[in-house]
Amino acid sequence: MRIRAIVVYCLSVYFLCGPVCAQQAAKEAPGKALVFGQAKGNCLSCHGLPGLGAELTGNAGPPLIAMQARFPDKSVLRAKIWDATASNPASFMPPFGKHGILGEEEINQVVEFVHGL
Amino acid sequence: MRMIAAALAGLILLAGAASAGPEDDRLKLLALYKRQHSDIRFEQYADGALALDPDALAQFRSIMEFPPFAGELEKGERLWKTPLRSGKTYADCLPNGGRMIAGNYPLFDNARNKVVTLEDAINDCRVANGEAAYAHGDAKTMGVLSAHVRALSDGMKMSIKVEGEGALKAFEEGKKTFYARAGQLNFSCASCHVDNVGNRLRAEVLSFAVGQATHWPVFRGGDQLVTLQQRYADCHLYMRHVPDALGGERYNNLEYFHSYLSNGLTLRANVFRR
Repeated sequence: MRIRAIVVYCLSVYFLCGPVCAQQAAKEAPGKALVFGQAKGNCLSCHGLPGLGAELTGNAGPPLIAMQARFPDKSVLRAKIWDATASNPASFMPPFGKHGILGEEEINQVVEFVHGL
Repeated sequence: MRMIAAALAGLILLAGAASAGPEDDRLKLLALYKRQHSDIRFEQYADGALALDPDALAQFRSIMEFPPFAGELEKGERLWKTPLRSGKTYADCLPNGGRMIAGNYPLFDNARNKVVTLEDAINDCRVANGEAAYAHGDAKTMGVLSAHVRALSDGMKMSIKVEGEGALKAFEEGKKTFYARAGQLNFSCASCHVDNVGNRLRAEVLSFAVGQATHWPVFRGGDQLVTLQQRYADCHLYMRHVPDALGGERYNNLEYFHSYLSNGLTLRANVFRR
């Protein structure tokens, strides 16, 4: 039953938005998994994220919206995620890169996904 | 000239002493909370995060009508009534027969130059009366016994005293631990319980540090007993920091500072927590 649902979902995604969309989803997927998952990134523990099926999001940090307007320069966003205390010593946010919570490539994946929000 | 300098130095020291210290720390924190959450009354701090979540408070009250952990409390009462090897009981050994004393702990023992928690006082009784000390983290012995002893002080107001140089040093050590970032996730106790009170991590509402020391042990999800220092260890683990042994100097000093912050609030041991 579950497999059938997944097959139907995949087919509908494919026919609705075609190969371009699938490519973009593949690029976003690892970052999204890190942002949503509790084991590693767990971004939603503190950050709200409207839509995309986000549930039980926290509010200790600012919501992940209008990211390109807030961070025109992607490298500034990356630096925030790598060590937010560098630009704001009082920041609540864990230093994901500096403390090795995420690997460098994982941070790139998170940046790719979050910057599109 | 030298006398004037000495007098000046003395004045500066006095002014320093008057403007800082434990009571100043406590009042400053209360003033901050008042600015953050002006609708919360002082006595509500003892409710913890429930003070900020009326639905959760209602659920808590209904569960507490028939606590699912009553069986654990009975085990503690049996241990309390069992005479020690000398023939004496805990009531013979503890101050005031063990009643209405929990709000005085932790206290600073000048003779031994260290913080003494209520659990330490219980163990002191055991050792003085021919028994081996209990492990602080053993829920089946020290846990349930402390649950009973603490309940004997329900209704007492927290009244921790910090008097003398040694006591102040222990208090300051505890304060340092409270405000120091720790672990891979880099949070301090204060990151959540001073700076982010009322905010949510996922579905968990962050509570006030003031009031947190008034209601231990707690029973999680039914009958899992958790002591205050076990909670410190859990917090350290969540921050991906290696926890200390329960009853060690750092956690005792932290409990001393942390409990002082709850001065004036009413104790109520053995409460349900999710």
